[in-house]
Amino acid sequence: MTNSATMPQPVSLGRRLKRFMADRPLIPLIILLVILVLILQVLRPGIVNERWIANTAKFAIPLAILAGCQTMTMLTGGIDLSVGTVATMSAFIMATQIVNQDPTVAFILAMLPAVLIGLVNGVGVGVFRVHPLIMTLGTSLIGTGFLQVYQRTVIASGAKIPDFLNWLGTGLTYGFPNALFLFVPVAVLIVFTLNRTGFGRLLYAVGDNERAARLSGVRYWQVITALYVISSLLAGITGLLYIGLIKAPSLSLAEPLVLPSVAAAVIGGTSIFGGRGGYMGTIVGALILTVLTTLLTILHMPEGGRRILFGFMVLFVTAAYLRIIEDK
Amino acid sequence: MMRFLRRQGWVAGLLALLVFLFVLTKLIQPGYGSGDFGSLARAVLPYAFAVAAQTVVVIAGGIDLSVAAMMALTSVTAASMMNGASEEYAYFVVPFVLAMGLVLGALNGLLIVVTRVPDIVVTLATLFVLQGAALLVLDAPGGAAAEWLKATVVGTMPIPGLPDWADAWVPKALVLLLVCLFVIWIPLRRSRLGLSIYAIGSNELAAFRSGVPVARTRIVAYALSGLFAALGGLSLTISTGIGAPIPGPYLLASVAAVVLGGVALGGGKGGLLGPIIAVFVLRLVRTDLTLLAIDPNVTAIIEGAIMVAVVMFGAFITIRGRPAGATP
Repeated sequence: MTNSATMPQPVSLGRRLKRFMADRPLIPLIILLVILVLILQVLRPGIVNERWIANTAKFAIPLAILAGCQTMTMLTGGIDLSVGTVATMSAFIMATQIVNQDPTVAFILAMLPAVLIGLVNGVGVGVFRVHPLIMTLGTSLIGTGFLQVYQRTVIASGAKIPDFLNWLGTGLTYGFPNALFLFVPVAVLIVFTLNRTGFGRLLYAVGDNERAARLSGVRYWQVITALYVISSLLAGITGLLYIGLIKAPSLSLAEPLVLPSVAAAVIGGTSIFGGRGGYMGTIVGALILTVLTTLLTILHMPEGGRRILFGFMVLFVTAAYLRIIEDK
Repeated sequence: MMRFLRRQGWVAGLLALLVFLFVLTKLIQPGYGSGDFGSLARAVLPYAFAVAAQTVVVIAGGIDLSVAAMMALTSVTAASMMNGASEEYAYFVVPFVLAMGLVLGALNGLLIVVTRVPDIVVTLATLFVLQGAALLVLDAPGGAAAEWLKATVVGTMPIPGLPDWADAWVPKALVLLLVCLFVIWIPLRRSRLGLSIYAIGSNELAAFRSGVPVARTRIVAYALSGLFAALGGLSLTISTGIGAPIPGPYLLASVAAVVLGGVALGGGKGGLLGPIIAVFVLRLVRTDLTLLAIDPNVTAIIEGAIMVAVVMFGAFITIRGRPAGATP
């Protein structure tokens, strides 16, 4: 212990590996993804083709955007469990309002609850300092209540999926899913915001050491409120994309995506304690989960088993990252 | 002033609020009688156990997000085991399910101690795992409950020496609740173990330096939480006659009642009585809203909003109560 400062000791392979994982989490993740695809190919020879890749991308994109919400909130040490409800709300409102409203009006109406929920989340977390988990869980409960009331008012008018969302959700252009037209700008924007703008740096700063950030003059509540509103807006947009993909508006449309979105961000190397991580890892994490889901479906694993597996993955990865950070 | 309010006056104030609500209920519905009180006690039962489960852990300085999922799992386990089985078989099912809750809860604590991941993350992961396990046991609401078990929550408890009119106000469900809670809680609170639970919640480092086995105490606290949650799950099965694999709104409700009951979310303060009264207050508010002929979906919104407001208020008190300069 005493001479470790003066004498450079040989670093063991395990530690080097750990450090490597911590510095470049993307490489092991991509290796894992390739392994999963290979297993899939071995189990079902010929499954991996152009159509399969396009299909996987289509299902991974909504998950990746929602996981983006989790990534950004996790960077500040938070989490946003209301994304499922927000996405469902905007999708449901869009599908029912488009029947007798102008598309623009329907879009604005669909985004309204997203902004409101984001705002309430932000104020609750930023001003009142409620734990984000509890806060977002509460607003999602309230949101679901509103949706149930709303559903009864539109039961007569029916619902339809706008052609544009249909095109965006399921269409292909030269073999590429059209959802990429939405996803690429969103992803670029998130990565750019996190790495190159002041707001992104504030998110990292707040998550890394909130007290230090405050003392250096960061307006905590403003950052947090803006963050949760952005997260909710992204979730709302995902809802629109997802309804174009699933094509069946229901009151629990995007709910099954919440847990995988958390898992994707955690697997992608974003620390749930804040301050560490990035969006690129999350995208690979979302791809891994989508491929894994296909794999588990082929192996006839029921929904319950999948949830158990995802839960353990979150716990295992978090514990592993904790060890890596402690070692540094 | 604030301190006195939290320490002594809080429970008394809560009790006054409860009495006020009863008077209000009687004013809204002059026919509100012993039968309605009995159904209130039945409705409170699962909530009260969920709150007890949350209270133990919160006092120990943690939080248990898996309460609702644990209730769902124990409920479906009990329901599917009793389905088609004989009445006597239930004598085996009840202790089995309770032991299951105890072990799974201890596992929660063990994971927290071993992985050193914060409890909020571990219990989030176990929330997913338990939810998945519940879906594996029963993928749709179903199962059955033994008749003698159902009889334990229906009707009133004849107490010798009490006139019939007073007897009518002693529903079996309430007696069951109080007996279960106090048989576990009172000896615990008096024991060394109970003191240790308060100690680790109040100041973990100080407790450790005074020789409190912190890790063991934490595991025991989570095991007790699991036991209470299993009681809650059993009471769900008993009162509905079936088991449902989808967790109810018990997590948020339990946190809200804990906060409203005067237990500091930081740990180490409060008792079980306050949160239990708080559950009655929250349920009675719901009854009143129903009696006022408000749409049940709107009631859900109002209820959610009240719970979020309570949690926000609790968080606000926690910031205010913290001595200046202390790290959050």
